[in-house]
Amino acid sequence: MSEFSSFLLGTTIKCIVVIAVLIGAVAYTTWLERKVVAHLQIRWGPSRVGWHGLLQPIADVLKLLLKEDMTPGQASKFLYVLAPLIAFVPAALSITVIPFGNVAHFGSQTVRFQITDLNVGILFIFAVTSVGVYGVALGGWASNNKYSLMGGLRSSAQMISYELSLGLSVVSVLLVTGTLSLGQIVDLQGGRWFGIIPKWNIFVFPLFISFFTYFVSAIAETNRLPFDLPEAENELVAGFHTEYSSMKFGMFFLTEYINMITVSAIATTLFFGGWHGPTFGPLWLRGILPLFWFVSKIVAFLLFYIWTRGTLPRFRYDQLMAFGWKFLVPLSLANVVLTSLVVAWRA
Amino acid sequence: MPKNYIPILMFMALGCLFPLVTLALLRLIRPSDPHKAKLSPYECGVDPVYQPRERYTVRYYIVAILFVVFDVETVFLFPWAIRYDVLGLFGLMEMLVFLGILVVGFIWLWKQGALEWV
Repeated sequence: MSEFSSFLLGTTIKCIVVIAVLIGAVAYTTWLERKVVAHLQIRWGPSRVGWHGLLQPIADVLKLLLKEDMTPGQASKFLYVLAPLIAFVPAALSITVIPFGNVAHFGSQTVRFQITDLNVGILFIFAVTSVGVYGVALGGWASNNKYSLMGGLRSSAQMISYELSLGLSVVSVLLVTGTLSLGQIVDLQGGRWFGIIPKWNIFVFPLFISFFTYFVSAIAETNRLPFDLPEAENELVAGFHTEYSSMKFGMFFLTEYINMITVSAIATTLFFGGWHGPTFGPLWLRGILPLFWFVSKIVAFLLFYIWTRGTLPRFRYDQLMAFGWKFLVPLSLANVVLTSLVVAWRA
Repeated sequence: MPKNYIPILMFMALGCLFPLVTLALLRLIRPSDPHKAKLSPYECGVDPVYQPRERYTVRYYIVAILFVVFDVETVFLFPWAIRYDVLGLFGLMEMLVFLGILVVGFIWLWKQGALEWV
């Protein structure tokens, strides 16, 4: 087999595995969310379908797939079908440049736990996630329903506002690392200071501020509580996907959770050392253990998401906009200046 | 390195295929029973009185314009941040001047009330 065809085969296998794992992870994130929120509110949560409700996500997916798929009469048909696809594909795409683990050797095979290491990784992520806004805006527009249109507009205004502070907070990380490739950013975070403190970016002096601005804007970007204005059930009855049903609704749902997972993965990669962990174990575990550290950091972020959802009430829309433009944008601008001064002083 | 982009194209193709194939396959087993009331816009059971695609508040346009201005500036910061170690003091001064001008504009916007959501 030539080198190129084995490359194609390997990449296809990787892509299929990643998509399958991502969808499975989304299903079980919904289970985790329902269970944790329920316990926060002193309820049981899903407990009937399977042991501790573990089969509930599968039942939910089957139900979603077998529901009637209606296209409302007033909708713009083509855009109505296109919108979930435009939302879903870019959301999943940003996972391609994130490294899940170290290069591993299984027998004679060398496996790299990353679909592709672009030299402009972060720029690529920003490019594709911005396309996701079109899915939401188009979905709201194409449904031709008052609630959907308002939800779509709100959502796009919110997403573009918080994208600014998201981009600015990443600039500070780039000042410290000096590369856009996520693989290299993770490599730079290996090792420890004084043998105890891991060399993660979060422990480099001003970067905890950029982590704060990054993560707050990321919660807003993914439309999660306390920033879930686009969906605000009690005023907009689910916002831009009010008119969607069955698998098309399912795709918007998938998109929201995939966004949560990718945003957590990016935060892990940029600030928390990616797949680096306290130990890489014996030789036979070298391939798998980095993957384990990476996944457990993501799960920690997801738990934080769920915790905020269970704790904080929703913002009002003017508060949301004021918070983004009058607090986060100036703070992250100031942080860029501070970081550049600190880096210049160190050099 | 165009070879690095091939996996992304493949992932994109697979990502498009997955929902399209499921939608097409499930059409065979899914019930389909359209009804006039089901197909009408969702309005809590009341007939809609006017078209939803009306004019909406000018605030959304202002946010969009501000976004374009500031996002271009953010993109301008990226290459500077990557090459910061090479540019040195010159780069720092240049960027402080650039950000200074930008902050003056930002303060002006704030004073003008462009950031208020009324």
